[in-house]
Amino acid sequence: MEIKILGSGCANCQRLEAVAHEATARLGIDATFEKVTDPGEIASWGVMRTPGLVIDDEVVLSGRVPNTDEVAALLQASWSG
Amino acid sequence: MTLPTIEAKHPAGPGLRRSLGVGVAALVWAALYELHDRFWTWLVFDVVRLDPESRLGDAVHFFVYDVTKIALLLTGVIFVVTVLRSFMSVERTRALLGGRREGIGNVVAAGLGVITPFCSCSAVPAFIGFVAAGVPIGVTLSFLIASPLVNEVAIVLLFGMFGWKVTLLYIGGGMAVAVVAGAALGRMHVERWVEPFVFETRLRGRVIDPALGLTWDDRIAIGREEVGTILRKIWPYLLAGIAFGAVIHGWLPADWFADHASGWWGVPLAVVIGVPLYSNAAGVMPLVEALHEKGLPIGTVLAFMMSVVALSTPEMILLRRVLKPRLIATYFAVVALAILATGVGFDLIL
Repeated sequence: MEIKILGSGCANCQRLEAVAHEATARLGIDATFEKVTDPGEIASWGVMRTPGLVIDDEVVLSGRVPNTDEVAALLQASWSG
Repeated sequence: MTLPTIEAKHPAGPGLRRSLGVGVAALVWAALYELHDRFWTWLVFDVVRLDPESRLGDAVHFFVYDVTKIALLLTGVIFVVTVLRSFMSVERTRALLGGRREGIGNVVAAGLGVITPFCSCSAVPAFIGFVAAGVPIGVTLSFLIASPLVNEVAIVLLFGMFGWKVTLLYIGGGMAVAVVAGAALGRMHVERWVEPFVFETRLRGRVIDPALGLTWDDRIAIGREEVGTILRKIWPYLLAGIAFGAVIHGWLPADWFADHASGWWGVPLAVVIGVPLYSNAAGVMPLVEALHEKGLPIGTVLAFMMSVVALSTPEMILLRRVLKPRLIATYFAVVALAILATGVGFDLIL
């Protein structure tokens, strides 16, 4: 799975990355992480309030830091769907 | 005859627990707000035995009282406003601004800038997102100007310290600055001074509206987190502002400003000093309170506050990635002029 964290290095983006790492570890998913910090690219994903979470080229969340359960559910949804 | 026993199905269901939690928090908050003044008076004057008539005693009391008062106000306000604002999103704002022309668009944008949850750290993706969706530059700028200028923190603190009249004046003045400055910049055809890649950005994928699908528990959790995030971010500004305010409160003679700063140059000077200063509404408020108390006219005070919160260097450094230096300089000049005019207007009216 490809996971992208959209955000320009603000505190929330780092928290989101930590949460995403935790969720993949819990589910035992093999995932690659990429940080997207370029504002043009962040905007092109349609995200206007960072942080944003992209799973396999689809924006699943933006504007807030979710908890681990929520990210795990999102990961499972993209996994099966 | 036996009556069927009716059991409470949900003695403490999630809804009830949630309301109880919020209710208890609100009660604790109200009690603290009611009692903190008496506590500090007792501690500073009776326990530590500072003289209430002395400058030091007065300044120390001002400092500790203002720290708890502003911290309490901020906690309550940020929580309530964040929960309410979780029904609104930047995505929705952009959709509302989509087909607007300049003029009415600037007014709508300034209004939405007040109620949309937005952090200036997202100014760049929001700017690109708005422009890529066809929102005119001037309208986008009205949104970006209004958002830090007229925000919930400023409104509630002003209301707590100066009453509703000054608060309404500030809201009206701040909106006017955002509308006029955005419209003026739009008229100057500043598109030339926007980095070209902004116009080449294509939006892909579906847009997620973060305001959708949240439960009340989510919204309350978001509110709680926001209180922590904002307080962690602003406390140094807050303490510095209150300390500075306490010194002015204790040592500057009453009516000092009325005697020394009542010329026509009061407002321009306030703007010139305020623009390079960077703080947020919470940090500048204790200073504003102390300045006004020493006789600085309210228009001058509000102009100072606006120029501190509206024009921030960190935000401009971020925006530099999408705006050329010419536009940044023009933006500063136009917003500063609009604030100047508003401040002079206030002093004339009052």
